[in-house]
Amino acid sequence: MYIQGYWILVAFIGFSVAFACAALVMSWIVQPKAPGKFKEKTYECGMQPFGDSRIQFDVKYYLYALLFLIFDIEAVFLFPWAVVYNKLGLFALVEALIFIGILVIGLVYAWKKDALKWE
Amino acid sequence: MFDLSFTLNDIFAFIWPVIPFIGVAALLVFVVIFLVLMERKVLAWLTIRKGPNRVGPGGWLQTFADAIKLLFKEDIMSSETNKILFTLAPIVVFAPVMVIYGLMPFTEHLVAINLAVGLFLVFALSSLTTVGIVLAGWSSNNKYSLLGGMRSAAQAISYEIPLVIAVLSIAVLAGSLNMIDIVKAQGGGIFTWNMWPAFIGFIVLFICCIAEVNRIPFDLPEAESELVSGYNTEYSGMKFALFFLAEYAAMFIISVLIVTLFLGGYTSPLGFYLTQIPALIHIEQAFWLVAKVYTIIFTIIWIRATLPRLRADQLMAFSWKFLLPMALGNLVIVSVIKFLGQL
Repeated sequence: MYIQGYWILVAFIGFSVAFACAALVMSWIVQPKAPGKFKEKTYECGMQPFGDSRIQFDVKYYLYALLFLIFDIEAVFLFPWAVVYNKLGLFALVEALIFIGILVIGLVYAWKKDALKWE
Repeated sequence: MFDLSFTLNDIFAFIWPVIPFIGVAALLVFVVIFLVLMERKVLAWLTIRKGPNRVGPGGWLQTFADAIKLLFKEDIMSSETNKILFTLAPIVVFAPVMVIYGLMPFTEHLVAINLAVGLFLVFALSSLTTVGIVLAGWSSNNKYSLLGGMRSAAQAISYEIPLVIAVLSIAVLAGSLNMIDIVKAQGGGIFTWNMWPAFIGFIVLFICCIAEVNRIPFDLPEAESELVSGYNTEYSGMKFALFFLAEYAAMFIISVLIVTLFLGGYTSPLGFYLTQIPALIHIEQAFWLVAKVYTIIFTIIWIRATLPRLRADQLMAFSWKFLLPMALGNLVIVSVIKFLGQL
């Protein structure tokens, strides 16, 4: 029954991309085109831009990304559990409590290690 | 050879598959045009100003004027940018939002894509928007844009976790990820809404949703006093308009999401429908949904007028050290309530 729906989903993604592209193309047709030397400069509050912005980035962003991965995968694992929870009863409740408990320990560990500190 | 005599049914069969697409596109554009005006007017009232009042009667046509202006603006691209990614970014930001419009149930039958994993897909798609914002920030080759993009990514992934875990409690309560099933599970009036058993989850989800659409007090990615305009600093014309469209479209659809998951969706808060004729029930369902959604939207605008912006470290600490434990606790509470309810 639901398999039919996925084709509509694919069609919708295609339609949404086409809608955005159509807006850009329409604007490209009607807009004025007057390029200039100063228009092509990167904006930096009126100053002469210095250097490139392809720079090294702070490691703190990656720490958060790692933590995000752990907890997002947890959530993905819990989705099927949540759907069949009604049918499994006490077993599912205890299992999930243990699973969440382990992750809470992980969160406490990251917290104590100052991985959640933003400087 | 060819039978050219169309009946009305033939024409209908031909038009029918197109209607969801046109409907969703029209709804999105209409909603955004009205929402931008509403936000400017409400903000003006809250801060004792007049707001837009020049274009059309009482300023009602202001957004149309803005949209037409943006359409005819020159699209300036700096010579330093990565041209392909720079053009791709607004499309990546906008397209997922539009697909989410298709996944939302506006009345019992008015849902374009009705899937068993609807709720799951909503979050899969909403995460894609962040990719587009990072893409925009990086490809602009502008320091403000890069910082805005990275901040946005850090914020979005931090608030995604409590958001998804708060939503898990809804899946436990409804026993399904299908949006219609979730609404039907809370169809018995105001006291059957998911808001009551999962009250902490409701608060967590509401805060996270405001953070996900980068609104005050969580608008650090576009903090104009430090980052000019954040990730879209280099953008102009229609490309900027797509970011703008996606932002306001997301604000509306996230309110629909809150209402659908926690406030009974399109069902009547009274527990029964005032109109008993089948055709009118649809209109009434749409009315209840719109009434609830605009209450939420008004609250979001109200919050914008009231609160100052958070600091970056406060923002991250709030999500990881407060909202995440709250969301986990909520999930445990809800699953225990559900289990005890079955005994």
